[in-house]
Amino acid sequence: MNRIDAAFSGLSGKNGRKALIAYLTVGFPSVRALPEIVRLLVDEGVDLVELGIPFSDPLADGPTIQAASQWALEHRVTVRGVFDAVGGIRRRHQDLPLVLMTYYNPVSRFGVKEFCRESARRQVDGVIVPDLPPEEAGDLLRAARPARIDTIFLAAPTSPDSRLRRIVRASTGFIYYVSLTGVTGARASLPPEIKAHVRSIKRLTDLPVCVGFGISGPDQVRQVAAVADGAIIGSALLNVIGESRGKGFSRVAAFVRRLRSACHA
Amino acid sequence: MAALAELESVYRKARRDRRFQAELHQALTEYAGRPTPLYPAARLSRRLGRGIRVYLKREDLLHTGAHKINNTLGQGLLARRMGKPRLIAETGAGQHGVATATVAALLGRDCEIYMGETDIGRQRLNVFRMRLLGAKVTPVTSGSKTLKDACNEAIRDWVTNVRTTHYIIGSVVGPHPYPMIVRDFQSVIGREAREQIRGAAGRLPDVVLACVGGGSNAIGIFHPFFSDRSVRLIGVEAAGKGFPRGPHAATLMKGTVGVLHGTRSFLLQDSDGQVKDAHSVAAGLDYPGVGPEHAYYKQIRRAEYDAVTDREALEGFRLLAETEGILPALEPSHAIAYLKRLAPRLKRGSIVLVCLSGRGDKDVELVAEELYGTVPGLILAPRSR
Repeated sequence: MNRIDAAFSGLSGKNGRKALIAYLTVGFPSVRALPEIVRLLVDEGVDLVELGIPFSDPLADGPTIQAASQWALEHRVTVRGVFDAVGGIRRRHQDLPLVLMTYYNPVSRFGVKEFCRESARRQVDGVIVPDLPPEEAGDLLRAARPARIDTIFLAAPTSPDSRLRRIVRASTGFIYYVSLTGVTGARASLPPEIKAHVRSIKRLTDLPVCVGFGISGPDQVRQVAAVADGAIIGSALLNVIGESRGKGFSRVAAFVRRLRSACHA
Repeated sequence: MAALAELESVYRKARRDRRFQAELHQALTEYAGRPTPLYPAARLSRRLGRGIRVYLKREDLLHTGAHKINNTLGQGLLARRMGKPRLIAETGAGQHGVATATVAALLGRDCEIYMGETDIGRQRLNVFRMRLLGAKVTPVTSGSKTLKDACNEAIRDWVTNVRTTHYIIGSVVGPHPYPMIVRDFQSVIGREAREQIRGAAGRLPDVVLACVGGGSNAIGIFHPFFSDRSVRLIGVEAAGKGFPRGPHAATLMKGTVGVLHGTRSFLLQDSDGQVKDAHSVAAGLDYPGVGPEHAYYKQIRRAEYDAVTDREALEGFRLLAETEGILPALEPSHAIAYLKRLAPRLKRGSIVLVCLSGRGDKDVELVAEELYGTVPGLILAPRSR
């Protein structure tokens, strides 16, 4: 059983607690700060960490992750640099599920096969490529399966059943349900139809379904935890990290603690 | 993805639907001014010498001043079929933005245009035109603040408002089915020109020449000549400040295979797959990607691609202005400029068909500044040669 499966099956016994998934853009605020931030996330009970490889044109991202990506690229974060950083994290956290998130062009430039091989070597557990639909993912699937890297695809509120079936077939690890039509970024509220959509995905698969995009705080985590297997927090977390720069990360810890306590059905 | 599937199925039906085709034809003739003339540019030809005959396909005479309206009318009618009350678009030079705003006004749709801040600065006239047409112009401040970034923002808007909004992509780029749809709507250029030149010259041209940014005017004029193997197709990209050092937008010549905006094609990128900033004096060519069909034409060697610098393009602008009394847009000025390099290598008496994709009113200020400096007094007399 890989780390992602282990994390979800470990939770299923714990009287309705759901997974808290944290996204970080590697290089924001710096590659050096990454181990400290991941340590803090783990200490506060984050169940899975997504590490974003910055891309020049992050189409699925809103202002926060765009700015973090641009910052990272200006500070010369490279794909190889991210893999090195991931290696460092893995040495410190043997059981933490780690997922890489990036766009298709850096993957394809690195070489899809090579990217999966390197991910396996660094003991990465999964990849998310938001601009790669399953219809176009043949190369990635062929390279990821033998490397035992999970491929996590995105389902949108506008995905009809026929597409959901495709997404479910291509996905391993979990399904990433996008809470709203739009890009990443903290929102004041989430659409109510999440419940119905998550249910219709769950009818098609036994894989865990986690919800991301737009989650800004404990209220939304609670809303998501009531219907899905996990909540993914990205932009709102980066905002708090950005505000804490130079002042230590105690506010980040407090923020994650509040999210974590909202992770119950 | 769901929206792309819907667009494809609506388009495939519309393509076979006589009523749709009649509607489009009527809009193109009565509203946009098709067919556009094929003009034998006699003085320009004499200047080139060697009996070379240049014909200009006058897309600059279309309503709104460029070929972009061929596509926006087509996609506007598709949006109406899909019942989408809102149209959005990206724009570089502003010509596609103006053409979209125009069609939105014509069809009674809301309209929002994304335009890079750099381009807003250098194509102000078109910003005013879009506003006067009732469109909202949203400046894009991310990245290089040009066409690529405007595309990013338009895509982000589209995924957010996809239920009510149709995204009119302005070139033969983006995810399928866009490159196919835009190519089909722009192919009217080549279909007309092919008939016209057979009437005027009694035969097919030896060369068809067009500028390439994303590549919509070029594929529009190339496509109907695809099977005419005797006809050389040449696309002219923007060499910007010149090879090897200067920044440029010559994606087909200098790019490598990559994926941007849902298109797998040539791309200006670094070794890590990060997209590089393009540069061209012509905002409409200032894009680090290129239509996948051009990549195909290049791969099978059906078309050749070359590039001219900003400086050459400005000379091309002046050449056409002074020999023919036509102010071309800076984008097709690249194709005009290339004539000077091409002519000595052609057989005597060759026939060259050039796509004059847009008019130069939008560029007058910029060209005056580049050619004569910013001092207004100097603009009164032409520069001595």
